[in-house]
Amino acid sequence: MKPAAFDYYAPNTVDEALELLAQLGEDAKPLAGGQSLVPMMNFRLARPASLIDLNRIAELDHLAAAEDGSLRIRAMTRQRSLERSAAVARQWPLIAEAVAHIGHVQIRNRGTVGGSLSHADPAAELPAVMVALDAELVIHSRTGQRMLSAADFFLGHYQTAVEPSELLVEVRVPLPPARTGWSFQEVSRRHGDFALAGAAGLVTLDQHGAISRARLAFVGLGPTPIRSIAAEDSLVGQQPSDSIWGDAAALASRDLDPDADVHATAAYRRHLGEVLARRVLIEAAKRASAAP
Amino acid sequence: MATHKIHLTVNGREYEREVEPRLLLSDFIRDELGLTGTHVGCEHGVCGACTILWDSEPVRSCLVFAVQTEGAHLRTVEDLALSESELHPIQEAFRQAHGLQCGFCTPGILLTVEALLREKSHPTELEIREWISGNLCRCTGYHNIVEAVQLAARMLAGRSV
Repeated sequence: MKPAAFDYYAPNTVDEALELLAQLGEDAKPLAGGQSLVPMMNFRLARPASLIDLNRIAELDHLAAAEDGSLRIRAMTRQRSLERSAAVARQWPLIAEAVAHIGHVQIRNRGTVGGSLSHADPAAELPAVMVALDAELVIHSRTGQRMLSAADFFLGHYQTAVEPSELLVEVRVPLPPARTGWSFQEVSRRHGDFALAGAAGLVTLDQHGAISRARLAFVGLGPTPIRSIAAEDSLVGQQPSDSIWGDAAALASRDLDPDADVHATAAYRRHLGEVLARRVLIEAAKRASAAP
Repeated sequence: MATHKIHLTVNGREYEREVEPRLLLSDFIRDELGLTGTHVGCEHGVCGACTILWDSEPVRSCLVFAVQTEGAHLRTVEDLALSESELHPIQEAFRQAHGLQCGFCTPGILLTVEALLREKSHPTELEIREWISGNLCRCTGYHNIVEAVQLAARMLAGRSV
C-alpha cells in the first residue's frame, strides 16, 4: 500500500505546468486534489513516472461569477469551496446539492472540481452535473487553448478528450434561465460511498407554467455521464402533471447503459435510474413553480 | 529519485526534512516526526483514521504526499490536550461519554470534531453524523460518539461563557 517512486514537480504557474506536460509526455500526471489519484497510486493501479503538482498554482484556485452571468470555476477550486459559496447556493443550487454527496468533508477539503472532471469516474457527481448545466470546459496547452462542452469532454470510463499535453484550467457554467428548478439525487449503500446510481435534473417553466426546457443527466449509469435528450424533449411544451414524469423517466431508462458489479446488477441500476429520473424531475418542477 | 527538502509547521513546531516524493504524509508524520497519534488504517482515503488538520481543515494524511506540505501548518492529535494533565474538552467529553472503545479511530474523529465545533458550535445530531461519516469506527456503533460530540459542544459553550 505504498506508491511506486516518481519524480515530483511543483510549478507555480499554468504556463510552467504546460511546459512540464509538454516535456515529460504521457508518463507524467497532473496532481490536483489527489483524492482519486493517490489511492490509485497507493494500490499501484497508477504508476506515473512523474507528478506535476498543481496545488501551488494560485491562478487555478478561484471561483467567481463573471460579467456575462456565468460561473467561472478554476480547475483547482476545492469542492468544499463550491459547497460554501453563497453565489453557488443562490444561482447554481444544483451544484451545491450535488457537491454534498461527494465523499466526505475531509475529501471535499482537498478534492477539486478540475480533478473530479478530469478523472472522469462514471460514478462521480460533478461530471453529470456539468453536463446537465451545459457547462463549457476551457483546456490549455503550450500551443493554445480550446473550449469543449461538458457533453463532448467525457469519452468513456476515466477517459476525457484532454490530451496528455493539455490541462483543464476552467469550467464555465451558464446561468440557468429564470424559473428553473433543480434536483440532484443518488442512491448509495452508505452515505459517502460511490453512488449505485444518481440523477441531475433541471426543469424550466414559461410564464404560462408550461415546461420550456428540461435537462436530465445520470451518474453511474454508463461509461460517461448520460444525458437523455429523448426524455428532455418529451417534456418541452407540456404542462406539469402527475402523468408526464413517469413517461419521461421510462424514455430516459432506454438511454442508460449500466454495468453490473458486486454492488448491483445492471437491471437494478437501470431501475434506480428510472426511479431517480422521475423523482428529480418532479422535485425540479416543484422548485421551478415555487420560483418567483 | 531525487529527494526534496521541505519546511513545515506541525503542532506549532517547525521542522525541516528531506523526503522522497512518494512518502505519504501519514507515514512522514509517524515515522519521520515520531507523532504516532495519527493512525494509519486503510491507506486509500476511506477509514479516516489518519485525519489531520491542514490550515485548520480536516484532511486525509494518507492521500497527500509529504513533499506537498512545504510551508504548511498542520495539527495532529498530539496538539489537542491543553497540557500533560489536562485533556481538551472534546477529549474529556469522549472519555466521559465513552465515545471510544479500542481507540484506533479516535484521533481522526477528535480532529474532525474539532473542525466541526469550530464551524458549528451547536450542531444537530444529523450534522454530527454527516461530519463523522468520513471516520469509520468498528467498536462503538457511533451512538456514544454522537453523544460525546454533543457533550463536547456543551462543554465548549460553557467554557466560552
